[in-house]
Amino acid sequence: MRATKVRTAVDTAIAIANLRFAYPDGVQALRGVDLTVAAGEKVALLGPNGAGKTTLLLHLNGTLRGKGDIRIMGRPLSNGSLKHIRAEVGLVFENPDDQLFSPTVFDDVAFGPLYMGLPKEEVLGRARLALAQVGMAGFEERLPHHLSLGQKKRIAIATVLSMSPAILALDEPFSSLDPSACRELMHLLRALPQTMIVSTHHIPIIRQLFPRTVVMDEGRVVADGDTEAILADAALLEAHGLDVP
Amino acid sequence: MAIGVPFSERYQVGSSLVHSMDARLKLLLTLAYIFAATLTPVGHWLALGLLAAPLAVAVAVSRLPTLLILRRSALALPFIVVAVPLLFTKDGDALFTLQPFGWTASEQGLAAVLTILTKSWLSVVAAIILTATTPALELLRAMRALAVPRILVATVSFMYRYLFVIVEEAQRLLRARDSRSARLEGRRCGGSVWWRADVLGHMVGSLFLRSYERSERVYAAMQARGYDGELRFLRHSVWRVAEVVVAVALVLYMAGVQVYARY
Repeated sequence: MRATKVRTAVDTAIAIANLRFAYPDGVQALRGVDLTVAAGEKVALLGPNGAGKTTLLLHLNGTLRGKGDIRIMGRPLSNGSLKHIRAEVGLVFENPDDQLFSPTVFDDVAFGPLYMGLPKEEVLGRARLALAQVGMAGFEERLPHHLSLGQKKRIAIATVLSMSPAILALDEPFSSLDPSACRELMHLLRALPQTMIVSTHHIPIIRQLFPRTVVMDEGRVVADGDTEAILADAALLEAHGLDVP
Repeated sequence: MAIGVPFSERYQVGSSLVHSMDARLKLLLTLAYIFAATLTPVGHWLALGLLAAPLAVAVAVSRLPTLLILRRSALALPFIVVAVPLLFTKDGDALFTLQPFGWTASEQGLAAVLTILTKSWLSVVAAIILTATTPALELLRAMRALAVPRILVATVSFMYRYLFVIVEEAQRLLRARDSRSARLEGRRCGGSVWWRADVLGHMVGSLFLRSYERSERVYAAMQARGYDGELRFLRHSVWRVAEVVVAVALVLYMAGVQVYARY
């Protein structure tokens, strides 16, 4: 009985209902967000600054806790499930300096698997694989704060890939990257099998990578659907201060 | 964006007489007060009570929440740990003996410990009233106006400016760590205490390195704008007679308490 219940739930990776959140200074960042993402889906999160994109992403692994209902891989987010959910959702912050906190690249990539209590060989294997996936093999002993921004962003992604999460939540992974670093990151994201929710302003990348786009403004989802249909709706994009492609 | 435990300003907005008093006078009075509290003889409870009275009046006039002051004044509590050995080392009438060690507490020792605790608590409360009713920038100006060396004022002002930046940096490091602290079904998570301490130690190191590198960047930016070591403030206002009179009266009161306590 219980096994079937878990199996069926996995079709939906993320289910959010009426999520509301205010920062301690009183700013109401989310005003009732509803969002469902199927397993394996790749979703772009688009919206002006201050729309609530980062706040929403920070809710996916319980870094922020608002009012409302969040289910990750069928499991409701609660104090008891927090650590399990953090194994499912790999959250990558916009600024890699917020993500990387260890003295060497290896320590950072190995932190997640070590914390999970995996055996040593598996930790080593996962860390190597994650670094290879982002094209940073051989950087194990380097100091993160002396790498370029593009390299740091890729290592930041490796730090969650090593935990083999089911969902990747990436906050502005393309911001301040030069065009070639952008392309490399795009190829990397395309190759990854995970369910993905990625906030970005790069319209060309959204077109190539994400079949579905969610537009947020003022703490709400204002549009959700097929990427081409949304990018063709000039009135919608203009109304929310976004570039019309 | 501030995430996690909010780290707040010491200053509490208000418009009371205590708030609007000249920051130079408040600074001098606080220093005089701490001086007076420190000089009070051991075990002279009446003198300490007389010294506590002006603080109680200041709190009432400033309309600061009493609870806030009590909470912040918990800072004085660690002093008791330092003072506790006095309880056993001072000779005097025996109170009790701590059995396994055979240490004997004396009445005089107890009086000394309680006096130290009271004095440090009163001093901390005075400082709390000062910082809660005076904006930090006003305090810095007052320090400069009272001829505190400019290098000290500059150091304090940078400490104040970047304290918030560094606290946020630390909160982001902790957030990054917690965000990847996950548990797998049927597996013990968290690693050993030693490993976690190791990670935390490295985080402290990273925080220091980041702060250090930031200070280099800040200094370059300041030099680019012609910084020469002096923080320039607008000219200070004139002394207000009524406030000076009140301040002098308070100093005389504190001196009076000291004289009374001794003779």
